[in-house]
Amino acid sequence: MEILTTAADVLTAGIVALAAEPGRLVMMVIGCVLMYLGIKKEYEPTLLVPMGLGTILVNIPSSGVIGETGPFQILFDMGIETELFPLLLFIGIGAMIDFGPLLSSPFLLIFGAAAQFGIFFVIIVATLLGFDIADAASTGIIAAADGPTSIFVANSLGSKYMGAIMVAAYSYMALVPIIQPIAIKACTTKRERRIHMNYNPRAVSKTSKVLFPVIICIIAGLIAPASLPLVGFLMFGNLLRECGVLDSLSKSAQNELVNLISILLGLCVSVKMEYHDFLQVDTLIVMALGLVGFVMDTVGGVMFAKLLNLFRKEKINPMVGAAGISAFPMSSRVVQRLATEEDPQNFILMQASAANVAGQIASVVAGGLVLGLLM
Amino acid sequence: MPGTILDIHVNVGDTVEVNQPVMVLEAMKMESEIVAEQAGTIASINVAKGDMVNPGDLLFSIS
Repeated sequence: MEILTTAADVLTAGIVALAAEPGRLVMMVIGCVLMYLGIKKEYEPTLLVPMGLGTILVNIPSSGVIGETGPFQILFDMGIETELFPLLLFIGIGAMIDFGPLLSSPFLLIFGAAAQFGIFFVIIVATLLGFDIADAASTGIIAAADGPTSIFVANSLGSKYMGAIMVAAYSYMALVPIIQPIAIKACTTKRERRIHMNYNPRAVSKTSKVLFPVIICIIAGLIAPASLPLVGFLMFGNLLRECGVLDSLSKSAQNELVNLISILLGLCVSVKMEYHDFLQVDTLIVMALGLVGFVMDTVGGVMFAKLLNLFRKEKINPMVGAAGISAFPMSSRVVQRLATEEDPQNFILMQASAANVAGQIASVVAGGLVLGLLM
Repeated sequence: MPGTILDIHVNVGDTVEVNQPVMVLEAMKMESEIVAEQAGTIASINVAKGDMVNPGDLLFSIS
């Protein structure tokens, strides 16, 4: 009888513990929402699905996946603490990016820089709200909608909001098609969105494409040496793509490497999704600040394009400025969709793509600058 | 913009309305509808499915 009672106690211990800590249930619901967004809405499923299930797994009482010998904790220590996972992911991202449109219209590089306005805006606001500078800076990077850079910076600065920052960065990246049109429409007129842009690309030689990643490494290294791990890995991936003799490595980086790292990254970031770390007012503030920063990045890019238009004879469609964020290629597609919505004959995808890849470089450099200033 | 013709919805002789989709162009992994600028009859189609096209290329004409 005693054995039966003990067995019943053991079997119900989890349910009792769960009832005692309802925060765990809340996090499990959040995990389900992340999976719903990934599976049903197809928002960044490669990250939100593993992260969603991971959130459920880490919030089960006495979960074996966390703790010193838990596999999630081991993966986290190995891949996130050491910053290797986001960096390896960058090799794949670099191999996916075609910098051709940017190289044929290099002036669009400035939109990448302009659309980082939100990062610095959030750092200032968060500091004014009483966040310490490391947390403020880590929160600011969310604005670029650049997941790997956000993880890298938050971890390098030892931010206690790592979980919230990762969820925010990846969610906003996934929600680009919803958030950006609202922000763009709020600060542009129909007439501005209808502006046509001529696309007369100059031919880009293979040598330029090969030299570009090398030159960017050197320039970024001299401006923001702390950005070199990110820029270096991103540009290494791009060099694999463009050098012309490593196609199989380039394909592996784009597919197998990105897929493997995404699986592991999505699961192990869940370590930071435990209810006692995540369900805090500060977490909500971090996510809200990230959203503000993301919107301000978009607005910053649009306003910069409008400012340039005051001095230019050949006008720029200000929506191209909004594509200067890191979320590639979602942002340029959103801009093209809005352009066609206003005028079916308006094609600004190539210009938006150029601004978008510029945003990818700029957000990494901005992350490196922040690290350089604070470390 | 440069891209690849993925699909052609009309044939020579078909009548089209303003803004009716005529072709699908794929560029930067995004599909965009090419629509008729004016109503009329398709007089010629100068590309085929799978063709790479560049800015300024004449894709089709309407009479």
